[in-house]
Amino acid sequence: MTKTLNLTLKVWRQKGPDSGGRLETYNAQNISTDMSFLEMIDVINEQLTIGGKEPIAFDNDCREGICGMCGAVVDGRAHGPEKGTTLCQLHMRHFSDGDTIVIEPWRSRAFKIIKDLVVDRSAFDKIIQAGGYVSVNTGGAPDANAIPISQDTAEKAMDAAACIGCGACVAACPNASAMLFTSAKISQLALLPQGRPEAAKRAIAMVRMMDELGFGNCTNERECEAECPKEISIVNIARMNREFFKAGFLSEVK
Amino acid sequence: MKLDAKIPTGPIAEKWDKHRFEMKLVNPANKRKYEIIVVGTGLAGGSASASLAELGYNVKTFCIQDSPRRAHSIAAQGGINASKNYQNDGDSDRRLFYDTVKGGDFRAREANVYRLAQLSGNIIDQCVAQGVPFAREYGGQLANRSFGGAQVSRTFYARGQTGQQLLLGAYSALSRQIAAGKVKMFPRREMLDIVVVDGKARGIVVRNLITGEIEKYAADAVVLATGGYANVFFLSTNAMASNVTATYRAYRRGAFFANPCFTQIHPTCIPVHGAYQSKLTLMSESLRNDGRVWVPKKPGDKRSPSQIPESERDYYLENKYPSFGNLVPRDVASRNAKEQCDIGKGVGETGLAVYLDFADAIKRDGRDVIAKKYGNLFQMYEKITAENPYETPMMIYPAVHYTMGGLWVDYNLMSTINGLFVLGEANFSDHGANRLGASALMQGLADGYFIIPYTIGGYLAANVKNDISTDHPAFKESTAGVESAVRRLLSIKGRRTVDDFHRHLGNILWEYCGMSRNDEGLKKARKLIQDLRGEFWENVLVPGSENDFNQSLEKAGRVADFLEFGELMVIDALARRESCGGHFNEGYQTEENEARRDDDNFCHVSAWEYTGEGEEPGLNKEQLVFENVKLTQRSYK
Repeated sequence: MTKTLNLTLKVWRQKGPDSGGRLETYNAQNISTDMSFLEMIDVINEQLTIGGKEPIAFDNDCREGICGMCGAVVDGRAHGPEKGTTLCQLHMRHFSDGDTIVIEPWRSRAFKIIKDLVVDRSAFDKIIQAGGYVSVNTGGAPDANAIPISQDTAEKAMDAAACIGCGACVAACPNASAMLFTSAKISQLALLPQGRPEAAKRAIAMVRMMDELGFGNCTNERECEAECPKEISIVNIARMNREFFKAGFLSEVK
Repeated sequence: MKLDAKIPTGPIAEKWDKHRFEMKLVNPANKRKYEIIVVGTGLAGGSASASLAELGYNVKTFCIQDSPRRAHSIAAQGGINASKNYQNDGDSDRRLFYDTVKGGDFRAREANVYRLAQLSGNIIDQCVAQGVPFAREYGGQLANRSFGGAQVSRTFYARGQTGQQLLLGAYSALSRQIAAGKVKMFPRREMLDIVVVDGKARGIVVRNLITGEIEKYAADAVVLATGGYANVFFLSTNAMASNVTATYRAYRRGAFFANPCFTQIHPTCIPVHGAYQSKLTLMSESLRNDGRVWVPKKPGDKRSPSQIPESERDYYLENKYPSFGNLVPRDVASRNAKEQCDIGKGVGETGLAVYLDFADAIKRDGRDVIAKKYGNLFQMYEKITAENPYETPMMIYPAVHYTMGGLWVDYNLMSTINGLFVLGEANFSDHGANRLGASALMQGLADGYFIIPYTIGGYLAANVKNDISTDHPAFKESTAGVESAVRRLLSIKGRRTVDDFHRHLGNILWEYCGMSRNDEGLKKARKLIQDLRGEFWENVLVPGSENDFNQSLEKAGRVADFLEFGELMVIDALARRESCGGHFNEGYQTEENEARRDDDNFCHVSAWEYTGEGEEPGLNKEQLVFENVKLTQRSYK
């Protein structure tokens, strides 16, 4: 059943990377429980605009939970309270009339704030550039059925490949570690025969890049797994560690 | 102007091979002397950037998102077609070609479509080599499923996230070239103009979306892969930032816009639920493999679906189209859903929905099998609607999803501006008046991986290389124009927001230029759009400043272009005095309410030419010649 809510929002406002920020309070009136969280911010932004103020800057694009563009810390939790859900797929029916909701950007040394809730996640691209690929040029690939891959392996690789690169894992981790993100790509490619020839080189290069960019280390808090909107498992971190150690001890890659 | 599609001569199956041989080549050592700009990083732009860089060209790639991994191709769910015939069910290049031409209601160019079918298998090979985790059978072979408009199983998929996995494949290839220094990546940039010098595309002007700075870049050729314009309707399944600006501004610089009225309304989307709604969500067409579409037999029946006995249900697609059943093409399925709702048989609170029921499939295959195939889609549906599709039928309604129209291109994918190439959804070429499911991914990747790497070489080798710098007066003129447009938007300080105008425009187009159209409505729409545009330039309210991260300003520029482009759509719809595929004019229908084409007078591509601010656009026609398929009335019965 559709109902309406009256809410108090406390939203992080910050003009730019080098300016200070603070929580501003807004009243959100008559919010339909069928609205998504981002549609609720749209409504506030329309009101701010008409009132001569600057709307809240926030990243978003597909609004169906797959592009990884949106994300904010809602009441202390990355992407809000619902499990396995991006902010755009979080609906207002999960809140109650009279709630106060605190909305903040991802916080991490490696993700600089651009404006309000918008952060710079280009560090993730740099990690992928360090080795998150199979070095195959276009053309000349063998027939797709030439390498059989067991259904189980393909499913496991797909589980890891489902990562949307939103950054919630980093935002949720007390160490701001990017291990879940990095391990998801390393795992996907380590599981598949196509990725094996470069597995050692990939593991070392990606882990090294992750460290260089200022992400923290993993101390098994499991916050990343709990908050990941695609429910990527920390089994991938274990696999990454194995790949990394194997590469360090057994391969000639340095 | 006479449009020359540059279709190679000879038998259709040999055209591409012959053309590749006849095109001039750029020597490997010379490739590094060329600069190529690619705008957009979806399947087409991402794969083109990577492939061109692998060949040795210097590529500059631009996207509006914060990362090239986020382009809207990522949201494609169901799959990608290829004529591999792994199922041994009678598929072939010719059959894929035929299905695509027929599915497009005979308004696509034969030679392009045949090439697409020929390349479809290479795409799967390439993606598997990259590590794309396609679904597999127990024996380790690739799995397939069926999609609308085909009677063979040729769709490859990665759960309900095929677009995501293919895009991440292209993104990984692109990332490798960025690391190698062959691609320079410019994220959070929006292209606002094409720079044309001596009749050739020589660069672009972009706005840096973080700093607001207007930047200019020069090149030897420009590739646009900026997607479709479905967001002209405000509500569509496209991502929020998808827009027409890059292609529309190219149109203003001399690229012809082809068939803008060919828009696809996808039959299986989650119905609209409120005035605040910002976008619509697609439920993959693959669901029609196992879901059965029905409405109550009696108009106005408001009982819950579980209380409506089998005998009082109308499985209207299965009854009307016994051979294709629930898997008729998208335009047919959408129009039928609208028809049922128009006669009062729609379901749900608004009456604008039909059921898509999995009860029989769950009974037949078990819940686990269905969950494995569609689990993530069911979960997404439940998140949005708070209803469990394992227990109660889904409610679906058509929504704008894809645009077959786009910039006109020849066989080389070059527009009417020399050196301006257009790939993927941004061009018009392969889908005619209606696109079949799982064909968009195929086309985007064929264009990017396997066509542009050859044809751009042919263009560059055939032209004398002369270097140009961004100090050229054409860049200055273009930059000044872009800057003054930005300032104009900020200076109006009116009383209506950008979104308000956009929603208003969307309502006009959905009402009069949507699933079905008629002359009276189209004429009315044209006037309404003109009036709305007039009001926009007097009354729009764009907050903030130009030298800042300003999302309202970004949207304002896009909506300003939509307000012009929307009128072009209507003009095109009025000029096409027939119905075909996604363009259904009520004045032209068969006795069974199917689209009635007029092949004698409209077997052509309508390519519109910009003639100046406020002027009537010029109509150029490319006659479509069908030598390999017979023009027939489409039948899916």
